[in-house]
Amino acid sequence: MHEVDVSGTADDDILRLEGIGKRFPGVVALKDVSMRIGRGKGHVLLGENGAGKSTLINLLGGVFRPDDGHILFDGKPYHPSSPLEAFKAGIRVIHQELHPLSNLTVAENLLFEHLPRRYGLVNYKEMNKRAAELLEEVGLDVAPTTLASRLSVAQLQLVEIAKALCYESKLLVLDEPTATLTSKEVDRLFEILKRLKQRGVTTLYISHRLEEIFEVGDDVTVLRDGQHVITRPLAGLAIPDIVELMVGRKLSDHGIFRGDSVVSGEALGVSGLKVTRHSPELSFSVAKGEIVGIAGLVGSGRTEAVRAIFGADAKAAGEIRLNGEPVEIHSPQDAVAAGLCLATEDRKMQGLMLDMSCAENTTITDLAKISRNGLIRRRAEEDHAQRLVRELRIKTPSIRQAVRTFSGGNQQKVVIAKWLFRGPKVLIFDEPTRGIDVGAKAEIYELLWKFAAERKGVLVVSSDLPELIGICHRIIVFSDGKIAGEIARDQFDESRILSLAYKEYSRVRQH
Amino acid sequence: MSANIEEQTEAKTGAKETSVWDKLIRISMKEAGVAIALILILAFFSATAPYFATPENFLKIFVQIAINTVLAAGMTFVILVGGIDLSVGSLLALCTVIGATIMINPAFSPWQAIVLACLASMGTGAILGAVNGWICEKWKLPSFIVTLGMLNVASGLARVVSDNSTITGLPQPFVDFGNLIFWGIFPSIFLIAIVVVLIGWFVLRYTVFGRFVFAIGTNEEAVRLSGHQPKRYKIAVFTISGLTAGIAAMVYLLRLNVGSPVAGIGYELNAIAAVIIGGTSLSGGKGSIIGTLVGACILQVLSTGLQLLGADDNIKPIVIGAVIVLAVILDSYRGRLMRILETR
Repeated sequence: MHEVDVSGTADDDILRLEGIGKRFPGVVALKDVSMRIGRGKGHVLLGENGAGKSTLINLLGGVFRPDDGHILFDGKPYHPSSPLEAFKAGIRVIHQELHPLSNLTVAENLLFEHLPRRYGLVNYKEMNKRAAELLEEVGLDVAPTTLASRLSVAQLQLVEIAKALCYESKLLVLDEPTATLTSKEVDRLFEILKRLKQRGVTTLYISHRLEEIFEVGDDVTVLRDGQHVITRPLAGLAIPDIVELMVGRKLSDHGIFRGDSVVSGEALGVSGLKVTRHSPELSFSVAKGEIVGIAGLVGSGRTEAVRAIFGADAKAAGEIRLNGEPVEIHSPQDAVAAGLCLATEDRKMQGLMLDMSCAENTTITDLAKISRNGLIRRRAEEDHAQRLVRELRIKTPSIRQAVRTFSGGNQQKVVIAKWLFRGPKVLIFDEPTRGIDVGAKAEIYELLWKFAAERKGVLVVSSDLPELIGICHRIIVFSDGKIAGEIARDQFDESRILSLAYKEYSRVRQH
Repeated sequence: MSANIEEQTEAKTGAKETSVWDKLIRISMKEAGVAIALILILAFFSATAPYFATPENFLKIFVQIAINTVLAAGMTFVILVGGIDLSVGSLLALCTVIGATIMINPAFSPWQAIVLACLASMGTGAILGAVNGWICEKWKLPSFIVTLGMLNVASGLARVVSDNSTITGLPQPFVDFGNLIFWGIFPSIFLIAIVVVLIGWFVLRYTVFGRFVFAIGTNEEAVRLSGHQPKRYKIAVFTISGLTAGIAAMVYLLRLNVGSPVAGIGYELNAIAAVIIGGTSLSGGKGSIIGTLVGACILQVLSTGLQLLGADDNIKPIVIGAVIVLAVILDSYRGRLMRILETR
């Protein structure tokens, strides 16, 4: 598909990207992206998890610098080296997670970058007066002297927008602004965005809620796998067309499906799981010998659900069964004792003790196995660690080597080794291949299939849809904290899964 | 990738050839990288300070480091899990007055009194240490704050128990034991300190508990998500620190023969200094108790050596302060050197 020109000459573009590329260790985040954003337009940026949206925003916001290509902003070359520079140049990025200075007042937050001064001291009178004007402009009815910590997320967003007004930003980037807003708050946000548009401010808008993009957008750009797919006017497009544009990757990297294990009997059962008191009930099961995938957008509650099952975070309600037996899980200790394990998404912060050795990391899950009367038997520990290093083909000169020095793939294998050492009945993996090179990925898929062949239950959360399609027997799709659907292997279809993943977000705003 | 494997096999064979040296360097770096510093300092004072390299002087040094070594041994556990214990100095004071009060009670025979006093002193320390740990874990408070509170509470308790006065007249066998000198150079209280250090070293190195101390200090959340309760081990660690404060109180009584509510002021800072100079990382997970012993030696040798050199009393703290900071700076290089050795 080729770029459909957003009509007009170069002067009409507020922002032009030409051949932008950005690489991170082991991952190409953006590759040869060229696109234009028309002046004064509402521009929508879409793409699946990992398509490169966040990277693009961070390039615009001065958080990262591109490896290739260049950016023209308002006709001038634009390469900010810090968020402050981006902001001074006229680009304001409002991130999904807002970090206000909670213990300062709204006025101080608003004008923090240049507080009105008199004799070198802050001129509070002037500051509060100007803040009140700005707040009125965005229709936020709070006193300038309110502490920022007392504001809701929606109110904080408005403060951020007021900030953009104050500094006369030309481009306002909004990353998932409606994710946590009520529908009334969303209406008000859109009202203000319309007003900004009248003032000639361009917006770049990112959202999972496909329905609302038609309200705020004139043009749309779709990214896929870090590459530019299309930029065109929104008019004439319907939601199914957009989903179609976002999918369509070729399946690769995960080899041939080898999940030919016998699937029968329940390994893990989850009934009526509520992560928080107000979250919807989740029920599903994983059979022995089965690999079940959990698909869904980032933030759709997948990680929260598996952490609640494992007892890493407290759950509000729900029954967990292992091999048909109900088990009480209030902590990871209970879960591990019952035969459940979780390889968390952040292996460096939560999975490993980076400065300790491969052997010590491996045996931490079951020190009773390598000790007698409270004393560690070094020989037994080394034997077990050696065996697992061989079995998982962990590349290390010595089992006494600190895992900090390992590659991402080898670190993940150590995480798997430590759970293998414990001998669980059910293994849960959260993003098992994130940041791992292709070769190591294939080896990890082999391991997952091996666990299935050993009649264990395997549950895999992943943002990499082709990966799930490649390795799972069944995929459960999460959408906005709910289970939107379940698809068996013979009906796997990327656009169907993606439509389910977006389902609940589209429903939120009914007209 | 194949090149990578080749490199690694090379590293393997290389490691075999120089294994004896590597092992020696690695162990000395790991257990007591500062031992080298201690040797250098000893050599310097032996050459320059009169009377430094005499048995009498070493006897004096050994007497003086005993208390700090015992306190620092317990402190090493706390710092290894990423905590700090500011209460040990005043816990020591409280334990000395409790121990001394029991010992001078005429209702007991001298031996009964001594045994009871030891138990009461160690028990008090351990219980208040456990309270420290329990409060930290129950309300998720920084140990700095909790033990700062305990510092004041224990100090106040010590005054109450002793009625704000020093307690003298300890039983003769106890006083005699405190004056014992073995092989002409090792005072009994120094040997007690050495035993405490050896036990601590053994626990840290060979037991499951020791493994948890290092693991929690390295990444507490990973330990929790591996199916354990770091809480329990952390409370145990503070209990150990309190226990060593109780032992140090007995060492104090053996040395000075007087229980005092104002004993131990500032001792917690000396103990922390010994641990840090000994190469234990304040953020936890890395360090050793042998290093702590060496750290305590360095502090005392510096102090004694400077005194013998005729240095002004006001200069001493300046030098010692500089050495503490220098030790931490050197330690950051040691971390790098270890990594180079490991990946070589």
